[in-house]
Amino acid sequence: MASDLTLILPEILLAVYAMLALVLAVYTRKDEVASTLLWVTVALFIAMAAWIGLVRDGSAAAFGGMFIDDAFSRFAKVTVLLSAAAVLLISEGYMAKRGILRFEYPVLVVLAVVGMMMMVSSGDLIALYMGLELQSLALYVIAALRRDSVKSTEAGLKYFVLGALSSGLLLYGASLVYGYSGTTLFSGIITTAKSGEGSIGLLFGLVFLMAGFGFKVSAVPFHMWTPDVYEGAPAPVTAFFATAPKVAAMALFARVMHDAFGGVVKDWQQIVALLSVCSMFLGAVAAIGQTNIKRLMAFSSIAHMGYALMGLAAGTAFGVQAMLIYMAIYVTMNVGTFAFILMMQRDGQVITDIGALNNYASYQPGRAMAMLVLMFSLAGVPPMLGFFGKLYVLRAAYDAGLVWLAIAGVIASVIGAYYYLRIVYYMYFGDTDGDRLDDSRSRVLSGVLMASAVVMVIGIANMFGIEGAAASAAAELVQ
Amino acid sequence: MSVFAFYLFAISVITGGLFTVISRNPVHSVLWLILSFLSAAGLFVLLGAEFVAMLLIIVYVGAVAVLFLFVVMMLDVDFAELKAEMARYLPLALLVGVVILMQFALAFGVWESNAAAESLRAQAVPVDRHNTEALGLILYDQYFLLFQLAGLILLVAMIGAIVLTLRHREDVKRQDVLAQIYRDPAAAMELKDVKPGQGL
Repeated sequence: MASDLTLILPEILLAVYAMLALVLAVYTRKDEVASTLLWVTVALFIAMAAWIGLVRDGSAAAFGGMFIDDAFSRFAKVTVLLSAAAVLLISEGYMAKRGILRFEYPVLVVLAVVGMMMMVSSGDLIALYMGLELQSLALYVIAALRRDSVKSTEAGLKYFVLGALSSGLLLYGASLVYGYSGTTLFSGIITTAKSGEGSIGLLFGLVFLMAGFGFKVSAVPFHMWTPDVYEGAPAPVTAFFATAPKVAAMALFARVMHDAFGGVVKDWQQIVALLSVCSMFLGAVAAIGQTNIKRLMAFSSIAHMGYALMGLAAGTAFGVQAMLIYMAIYVTMNVGTFAFILMMQRDGQVITDIGALNNYASYQPGRAMAMLVLMFSLAGVPPMLGFFGKLYVLRAAYDAGLVWLAIAGVIASVIGAYYYLRIVYYMYFGDTDGDRLDDSRSRVLSGVLMASAVVMVIGIANMFGIEGAAASAAAELVQ
Repeated sequence: MSVFAFYLFAISVITGGLFTVISRNPVHSVLWLILSFLSAAGLFVLLGAEFVAMLLIIVYVGAVAVLFLFVVMMLDVDFAELKAEMARYLPLALLVGVVILMQFALAFGVWESNAAAESLRAQAVPVDRHNTEALGLILYDQYFLLFQLAGLILLVAMIGAIVLTLRHREDVKRQDVLAQIYRDPAAAMELKDVKPGQGL
């Protein structure tokens, strides 16, 4: 029992921190301490990520196999913690200015992160569900954080209803899988799935489980909620939705597919490939008509999830490695882009129309250049890091014999490049008349934007060593 | 006898569920739902899980369904409009429903568990101790982690409800416990010596 608690210590510490912070804020000056609480949370996330990533090692299971601590879960946890820290960092100024920085916000983010950490470490269907609900419930609340805005409330409600539906699908799938294999532990499911003849019941359970995960990673055809929720939620919250939960859900997807259904790759490979190809194409085509940058980023994230799923569809250790690398790069790009979106204001009013970026480069050359790098990287234009992420997943799909999927990926990426480059076009070659955007003085936002752009350029040298970490993580997951 | 009871309860669960969806009056819907819960409790009793059956009645019928009733009666929801919306999508919904039903028939028609499943499955009915005790042993020992996580989820729900609904209004007087405790007679009271026959 004691060793079990040591394994789960990071989660316990975070949960205790959340409760202490809650009590402290309630009994002191409430929302006035929200800023302090937020900075402390950022520091804690970074320290926790360093501790998990650099100090902890080994591979072990706790609580009878329900909780798994291995290189894969640690990779995902570090990515989740760092992206959550970055998002909290960029949200402080924006939320404080609009009076929605409440002390519950950092607390709910911490609890959501605990849920995500449980998700990526789960070794049991019930533990998986518990982690998933913990993170989802916290996310529903922060989506509706701006409770006086109809759109924000609608976003929260939509997310909640569709999230509940997806949980229902997932639970039904889990019950079918349990019915077939007699156990909810992944280690038990994998042995029964391997030994059986390929029962239809198990396949049904698998499909329902995947539909549930499809909702969480917003893969087509389970993506309907994404644009509305991204548009309605406050921009920093949208930035959070686009990063940490996606990493966690994708890691969970990979964990279940390989840990519980690793022996029957053929059963799920085609379904993941289908989700992947639909997401890539819908994300690329549907974003073309969007002028709202938050909706555009929603479709962009759908398309990117398609690429990450391509890595998973390969069904190999290299595929999982490619997926992890892709997610890490995706999160970095998105944090930078959202830092830019948070700066888009005119006379203090939030602007989300991309037409407002006309001629941006002439009065903000530095930020326009950083945004250009990020957009090129999101589109997958060669010298940037985003290109190498795509290259990895394409190679994984090609090596696994899914040549058609790789070709589809290339075509979708060419289509998708249109709307990323359109933003660049507006900034550099747009109309010169029209009002300028405000000159945001936030050092944090421009710092994050610049840092993310710099990473996209110098990262191509060695990817900061995440290749090796992702490789060892994938090797531990896929056996 | 137990077969008869099983089919009785099973049919009433399905009937209850069906009428929950199709009845015109939302209050009737909730009542049908309660019937569904009660029949499900009956099914649990047949399985020998009397504690779960009681929970179902106390929690779902006693609390959840009554809450539903309150919500349905107190909220001004235009159900006619919702129904009209439903009628519009009915053909498509029916098509999807029928297809899924047929697929399930396919899946359950050839249902088989894995050969090893029965040995892996947890024992349904404990032999040497009663239900409540057995559940407690599992919940606080084997599923300790999940139990704690469920607690965290409820905490999030509580925080969420407060964040989204609590509003402090200036014109509402609130109780301040500390201020009440720290009142002392010297500050709160003034003693006057009232002379007989005279006012203050």
